[in-house]
Amino acid sequence: MVAPKPLHDRALDNLRFIRQTMERAGSFTAVPGWGQVAVGVTALVAAFLAARQATPELWLATWLGEAVVALAIGGSAMVRKAYAVHDPILSGPGRRFGLGFLPPMIVGGLLTVALYRAGQSHALPGTWLSLYGAGFVTGGAFSVRIVPVMGICFMVVGAAALFGPAAWGNALMAVGFGGLHIVFGMIIARRYGG
Amino acid sequence: MAKHVAARKAEAIETGLKGERGGLRAADLDRLIHERVRLGIVSALAVNDALSFNQLKALLKTTDGNLSVHARRLEDAQYITCTKSFEGRIPKTEYRLTGAGRRALERYLDHMEALIHATRHG
Repeated sequence: MVAPKPLHDRALDNLRFIRQTMERAGSFTAVPGWGQVAVGVTALVAAFLAARQATPELWLATWLGEAVVALAIGGSAMVRKAYAVHDPILSGPGRRFGLGFLPPMIVGGLLTVALYRAGQSHALPGTWLSLYGAGFVTGGAFSVRIVPVMGICFMVVGAAALFGPAAWGNALMAVGFGGLHIVFGMIIARRYGG
Repeated sequence: MAKHVAARKAEAIETGLKGERGGLRAADLDRLIHERVRLGIVSALAVNDALSFNQLKALLKTTDGNLSVHARRLEDAQYITCTKSFEGRIPKTEYRLTGAGRRALERYLDHMEALIHATRHG
């Protein structure tokens, strides 16, 4: 005869179930895992191409091109994920994420212009990575834990780019926008519905 | 069979437990949200303003019929509200947690914690 599960264990199971359900529910996240993986792959290609550019202008153009591609991939993946669960993109989790994510991106755009004009292009990788991470931390404050954790990782890589040698900039862009997107994208895709 | 008997026995102990320990009474357990799918619905809605039928179905990995039945029971108890609308031409069913539902979940959480505390220190 199998011994009945102790009440204590059953209560713990119930609490665990509630917590896991809440975590998953908060994650009808708008953040699309497979979209992140795709963005990571294009970022690795961009890093490879950018490293071969002769001038800072061409390097910047390569990464700005990647930003447009990433925006298109990320945006369409977000819409597809929202449609898959009939989630209105302009309300619910998508809206909450967008409200937190957009302000650091806007600041990133402004700083890009300001730093480029000041001839401080070497500070761009750190600025982009840090602000992108900040966007995931603030946007992800309403989402599952992995989203702000990903943001913190971006901020750490961004800090390394800001305070490390300028020569590390492009490689750290590959680590952040390439590596972190792929790793976290796969986790989000597998655990949080695509 | 033995497994079934054991499970029944545990259930009987749980429902029959009169907690003199810290005033805990497992018999007071809210059976309505003790069931897994219903507990899942209430928990999911506790962290969202509203969730659609399809979102809940995907989240709880359950069938249309099962979700409908359990959601209806929660609606009947006024733990959740259901709104039906159209998004374009597509019908949409959306659920929200009511104040009574939130309080029921809080009571349930308190109950589970008290149960753990009682069995640890009992």
